[in-house]
Amino acid sequence: MKGLRIIVTVKQVPDTADVKIDPKTNSLMREGIPSILNPEDKNAVEAALCLKQQHGGTIIAITMGPPQAEEVLGEVLAMGADQGVLLTDRAFAGSDTLITAFTLSRAIMKLGKYDLILCGRQAIDGDTAQVGPQLAGFLELPQVTYAEHISIEKGNAVVRRGLEDSTEWVRVKLPTLVTVTAAVNAPRYPMLYNVEAACDGSRIIIWGAQELKVPETMLGLNASPTGVKKIFEPERKKKGQIITGDPKDMTGILIDKLQELNML
Amino acid sequence: MDFKLTKQQKLTRNIARDFARHELEPFAQEWDEKMEFPREAIAKMRSLGFMGICIPQEYGGCGLDTVCYVLTIEELAKACASTAIIVGVHNSMGAYPIYLLGTDAQKKKYLSGLAAGKKLGAFALTEPNAGSDPVSMETTAEQQGKSYILNGTKTFITNGGTSDIVIVMAYTDRSKRGKGITAFIVEKKFKGFTAGPKENKLGIRASDTCELIFENCPVPATNVLGPFGGGLNAALEALNLGRVGVAAQALGVARRAMEACVTYSRERKQFGRPIADFQAIQWAIADMATEIEAARGLIFKAATLKDQGASFATEGAMAKLYASEVAMRTATKAVQIHGGYGCMKDYAVERCFRDAKVIEIYEGTSEIQRLIIARDVMR
Amino acid sequence: MITLIPKKCIACKLCVKACLFGGVRLEHKTPVLTELCTGCGACIDVCRAGAIVSSGKSTGQIHNLALYKGIWVIAEQRRARLHPVTAELLGKARELADVRKTNVSAVVLGADIKHLSNVLIQHGADRVFIADAPFLEPYRTIPAERVIAGLIDKHKPEIILLGATTMGRDLAPRLANRFRTGLTADCTGLTIAADDGLLHQTRPAFGGNIMATITTPRHRPQMATVRPGVMQPQFFPDRNGETISVKVKQQASDNAVQILKTVKKRKSSISLEKAEVIVSGGRGLGESKNFRLLEKLARVFSGQVGASRAVVDMGWIAHEHQVGQTGKTVRPRIYIACGISGAVQHLAGMQESDIIIAINKDPQAPIMQIAHFGLVGDFKRIIPELIEQLKPAS
Repeated sequence: MKGLRIIVTVKQVPDTADVKIDPKTNSLMREGIPSILNPEDKNAVEAALCLKQQHGGTIIAITMGPPQAEEVLGEVLAMGADQGVLLTDRAFAGSDTLITAFTLSRAIMKLGKYDLILCGRQAIDGDTAQVGPQLAGFLELPQVTYAEHISIEKGNAVVRRGLEDSTEWVRVKLPTLVTVTAAVNAPRYPMLYNVEAACDGSRIIIWGAQELKVPETMLGLNASPTGVKKIFEPERKKKGQIITGDPKDMTGILIDKLQELNML
Repeated sequence: MDFKLTKQQKLTRNIARDFARHELEPFAQEWDEKMEFPREAIAKMRSLGFMGICIPQEYGGCGLDTVCYVLTIEELAKACASTAIIVGVHNSMGAYPIYLLGTDAQKKKYLSGLAAGKKLGAFALTEPNAGSDPVSMETTAEQQGKSYILNGTKTFITNGGTSDIVIVMAYTDRSKRGKGITAFIVEKKFKGFTAGPKENKLGIRASDTCELIFENCPVPATNVLGPFGGGLNAALEALNLGRVGVAAQALGVARRAMEACVTYSRERKQFGRPIADFQAIQWAIADMATEIEAARGLIFKAATLKDQGASFATEGAMAKLYASEVAMRTATKAVQIHGGYGCMKDYAVERCFRDAKVIEIYEGTSEIQRLIIARDVMR
Repeated sequence: MITLIPKKCIACKLCVKACLFGGVRLEHKTPVLTELCTGCGACIDVCRAGAIVSSGKSTGQIHNLALYKGIWVIAEQRRARLHPVTAELLGKARELADVRKTNVSAVVLGADIKHLSNVLIQHGADRVFIADAPFLEPYRTIPAERVIAGLIDKHKPEIILLGATTMGRDLAPRLANRFRTGLTADCTGLTIAADDGLLHQTRPAFGGNIMATITTPRHRPQMATVRPGVMQPQFFPDRNGETISVKVKQQASDNAVQILKTVKKRKSSISLEKAEVIVSGGRGLGESKNFRLLEKLARVFSGQVGASRAVVDMGWIAHEHQVGQTGKTVRPRIYIACGISGAVQHLAGMQESDIIIAINKDPQAPIMQIAHFGLVGDFKRIIPELIEQLKPAS
């Protein structure tokens, strides 16, 4: 094998750790929330970089999103990936996981042969964990999810999977698709050394619906089987009782109340 | 005129922001408290390119522009102002003068090590009796064969104790006053060169500031940096860039203080509602935001002029003067808005307040900046 | 509408590959349209032989929705024991089926699992499909997907529910992909429209900061995964139901992924989901060692110690203690939150608790808004007092 050709799927997500609720309007304060590279996608990139260090090869990162999603490709290139592909087109807007996976699959087919596709398990804005397996479905590849360790041996991937109550080791022939969790590694930081090269314009390909040769009827919101019907704030229980005073008194009141409720 | 950052600049800022958030912010308070040099963080930054931001790639740097440099310093400072000055001094006062004035041999010998972060750089001009007035310095360098023998004491030297390479200004001919000062590249390992203990400072406490003492310290003649007797000019040139960096550091501190106020005023309730509802708070924050934006404009202007090869000395002085005073005003108001909590070490605004005061003083006090500006405007 | 001209077809399969919805298939080298065809015309664009033409306009109607009936639960078992989420899913399925006036089926795959049929029926299934074969144990994506897809294709359920476990989240997207249908992950609420069977799937998004209700209006089956611990199981000791043995045969492709070995994780001494009382700590504790005080209080109740994401991220306590959107969902009898401000992401994991007690210096903290009892003050003084006053009673 002359090095591995690895494709990594990445997504730009709002940094949900910073999402706050406006206590007055009780609404989501989204303005000014920075966009970041989805954390587990970063793990996937790191996994790819480690495999490249061991076996040589090429890493291509692919993302779908609005034009500014190019930023995360810059970051991935600065981490050490070789090439970025940005799928951006108004026709892609509103894609659910199925259509996102479909669109990605078309771009990956266009990229040609590959040995391994690495995905983050899930993105922090949706937490669905569906795009990886669905992408594997469209590409008719076997999948290994929840990877905590990946090694490549003689054309096979040997993967350690972290499940709820057990750890599983599996072997799968390449090409395959693996989704990784945060446990797989500690991602490196992107390097300022790589910024100049990452931004010189030669490393990022931009494709739209036309380049993918997919009609608009198969893309975006209209083609997506699922639709968001309603968005609302999580229900808040109505206010209970606030107890103040000396710790001893407060505790006494609390215990009385709990006994009244038969909770003790 | 286009106020948009380039792709390079945006990516640089994001990289610095991400790093600062994870590697500096969680520890900044502790480093400040213990006066602890952020050794591990600096080690990580070396391998990522933070130590050679504007140095061309052929010398092991990143080849980025000055706007990238100030964006980096701003983001680092927002998390930890001390780390920002360590990196800033290294880049602008340690590596940059060698890039600007060094011979090919000096660049080969010193610049690549500095740009790759293998060596830490510092810059020594100030002396106990020569602060704002460098011409009254006392350090001398006397020729003795193929060497110069340095004698004297430098004070308040950032990175003084931890640096491996220091650019030192010394009189080679006192009778020529400003034209008799020469810059030398001095290695820490040279004989007769010692660093004093770390100073216990008001702010910027994690950075290592100390005295440098030269007692019959021999420096090879090949280590004369730039033209003989042109040391003061070299110093001023380095200070020009250093000031823009310090202005960016001030900007980071001001932003940190303002953001703390935005968060705090939304959470803090008095008289039954968040204090953010009160106009007094809103106006204070509006003023902070406006001044921060103005400071940013001056900094970007100076950095852009530098990138265009134009003179930026006056603009750099304006940026340093204004941004540092904005940081001080913002931090002062921020402590006030936080009330009693603002006086507590648990709150970042307390550190911002102390750091901002230091920033108003070093790299040329506000008064010196005004002098530079007036000299240019009134000539 | 799409019309095929079989005479012109060169069996190049480009149309099959181009179709996103599985709407065209090649049978004996002849193209046939399936009911999944949406009339989008993607196949026309790729056909080089002119064997596919468009006749009139696309209707926009995708399936014959009425063809799909019944609610299915894909059961999860390990070593012949059911995962608790299966009973929870059946409880919910039963409820939905009663509204829709339809029946509930469970599908279970594995080896030596015949006895599970009755358990599934007792939890609400009317019909159980059992695929019992050695190669189906333990779970692997490809054979499970193939066997279940075969059943779906044949019986056409209206709704399919899976647990949002590592297995369910591995399998569900593959199944949804096969039928080019919608899948909603990690649902916390499910309701059904009695007339058209539209499933309203509610799930948290943006780290629990918002809830979204999602539907799959034009595709069937409607698929959802549901978080363990969210739905309530039901138990009907005397229920009867039908058991159908599914004939399965292993295929070469089933072995694409080989399991080399499986090691059980060291059993964690804490199981928050089962705890009756949880004492949780957050950033307000100040430092990690203060968790010891919480442990003391938890011991008085024979309870467990929980934590907010903030302190887990800071390394004060192990991740297995984390309650919330990215941690565990719990509903103990008593939940005591100490020094936890109550970020939405934390509330998402504990607000179903029977009684919530918050101890916090700030009476305005969000946790105080949802607590049944909010004690304003320093936990360092309140907790020892609680321990003291509770001890003689216990």
